[in-house]
Amino acid sequence: MPMRYTFGGDEHLFVECSEEMSLEAFFNSLSMTTGIRESKIKGVTEICPANASFQIKFDPDVIHPDDILKEVQAIEVAAAKSEPVITTRIVEIPVFYNDPWTHETLMRFRERHQEPTGTDLEYAARINDYGSVDDFVAAHSGSPWFVSMVGFVSGLPFMYQMVERQRQIQVPKYLRPRTDTPRLTVGHGGCFGCIYSVRGAGGYQMFGITPMPIYDPTQTTSYLKDFMVFFRPGDIVKFKPIDREAYDQAVEDVDKGRFAPPIREVKFDLREFQKDIDGYNAKLEGVLHGH
Amino acid sequence: MAIKVLHQGLATSVQDLGRPGYFHLGIPLGGAMDRLALKAANLLVGNDEGAAGLEAVFIGPKLEFTEDAMVAVTGADMPIKVDGEEKPGWTAFKVKAGQVLTFDFLKTGARIYIAVSGGIDVPLALGSRSTYAIGALGGFKGRPIAIGDELPVGTAGKAVEGKFIPENLRRRPGMPAELRVLPGLYWHRLTDEAGRNFFEDTWKVAPEADRMGYRFRGGRKLDFVDRVPPFGAGSDPSNIVDACYPYGSIQVPGGTEPIILHRDAVSGGGYFMLGTVISADMDLIGQLQPHTPTRFVKVDMETALTARKDRAVLVDQIRALF
Repeated sequence: MPMRYTFGGDEHLFVECSEEMSLEAFFNSLSMTTGIRESKIKGVTEICPANASFQIKFDPDVIHPDDILKEVQAIEVAAAKSEPVITTRIVEIPVFYNDPWTHETLMRFRERHQEPTGTDLEYAARINDYGSVDDFVAAHSGSPWFVSMVGFVSGLPFMYQMVERQRQIQVPKYLRPRTDTPRLTVGHGGCFGCIYSVRGAGGYQMFGITPMPIYDPTQTTSYLKDFMVFFRPGDIVKFKPIDREAYDQAVEDVDKGRFAPPIREVKFDLREFQKDIDGYNAKLEGVLHGH
Repeated sequence: MAIKVLHQGLATSVQDLGRPGYFHLGIPLGGAMDRLALKAANLLVGNDEGAAGLEAVFIGPKLEFTEDAMVAVTGADMPIKVDGEEKPGWTAFKVKAGQVLTFDFLKTGARIYIAVSGGIDVPLALGSRSTYAIGALGGFKGRPIAIGDELPVGTAGKAVEGKFIPENLRRRPGMPAELRVLPGLYWHRLTDEAGRNFFEDTWKVAPEADRMGYRFRGGRKLDFVDRVPPFGAGSDPSNIVDACYPYGSIQVPGGTEPIILHRDAVSGGGYFMLGTVISADMDLIGQLQPHTPTRFVKVDMETALTARKDRAVLVDQIRALF
């Protein structure tokens, strides 16, 4: 499908790689934004990749919109030929599923939910045909996730589940958005998972909480000293279910500056992945745990 | 030199011209909503036009000065007082050590910009002093100012008391307000009739209007072209696969209430956008009060670029005064 180019006022060029989400669309967006960054087009001030689209902010006093359009379109041909291979990071994120804080919050906003009598986890498990919440959690934490966009607010990752489309977890957003979500809530809306980087409003279903800060404007967290935002598009995430004891321990470790998330460098090849998804994911997990 | 905050007003924050370069991580440009007003205030007090000042919305703060300073207040029309004595807006005036700057009720507009010679000297965060409260970043401790804060002030440059910006170089929205919009982005999701209605109707600013975005009400509900929802978009006809949001973009969740994203915009999300307010008119949005009748005016790219040049000329004329 050809890319769709459109202007967002006189300062943004918006490019939709695909109307629907897929890893192919994300890789198209990634190779385009990489190509644009490398071509150093004058007047480009920001390059923002998204799930299946991207946006370029430019200074129309430096480059006319018609000219930036031509320059970006010229990159499309080369980007289409680029290999869907990236060197990236795989990181293990501990998650305390069904924790008391998201539970308290989801009960507080129950009248805004599709199913006022249950929990978000029970609802998500049922509509995705899992027999129990435990089975659902096993599926959620059983496959890796691709960070296909960072944004909304301060470093929040949108994550795309790395399984066949028919196995992907899908849930609607709340009927009306909540005015509160605990910081570091692991949520899900549509086909995307997310981690709320800060406390605030939100519409995604809430499944659990991670003790691992992913945004720290004070830059005191040990692994956020170099930069306050943890995630980058293209990161691969694997969730690890933990219990209350492990959660409390991790929170203490974070406070004492000794929490170190397991992170490994990994090469990801989309074509190899598509050939044998489960086999490829098993290999990724092997890299994470150092075998 | 410092400024003691005796009262914070409603929501007063330190702002400069923002922190470009981090929107791809969800950290927005931020900075003064009415950039022309901030630039003018800074120039009046002898600052670099991008120095940090205070942005106050609807209600002004009460500030005590520990040393003599040159001050200018621009933007909305809100009576200015120093120890009870009225001072003119868009004009440099002196405040002596121990004197208190206060404000009366807002008359027109929404936001005032208070510049102090030397600028508000909070630490830079990602290259800017602007407050991004959602991310607890920048400004004074990452939040709007509060009673008891002592705001540090930098070293003053040269300024001339009584210097002012003439009326013809001040810019404010009309009544009804008119905002020029370049249709685009996901405009094709609307039916032809909905597209016409959007520009025909008079909308009103809703109470939910802040630095992140301005919501509007009162126009007819917008209808969408039928479709099979694309995978990952969600079932509502106004949903898209989560994408980037341009500054000034107009999203209409459910087709009912348009929201224009402003300086503290969320960087992306899952709602279709029908177009974008042109860069020349972004400042005007920051001066709209709730309930202001507003018309959206359809323009093309050439008109947007011409309007941008006109605005740049206006800023140049202000600079030429100094």
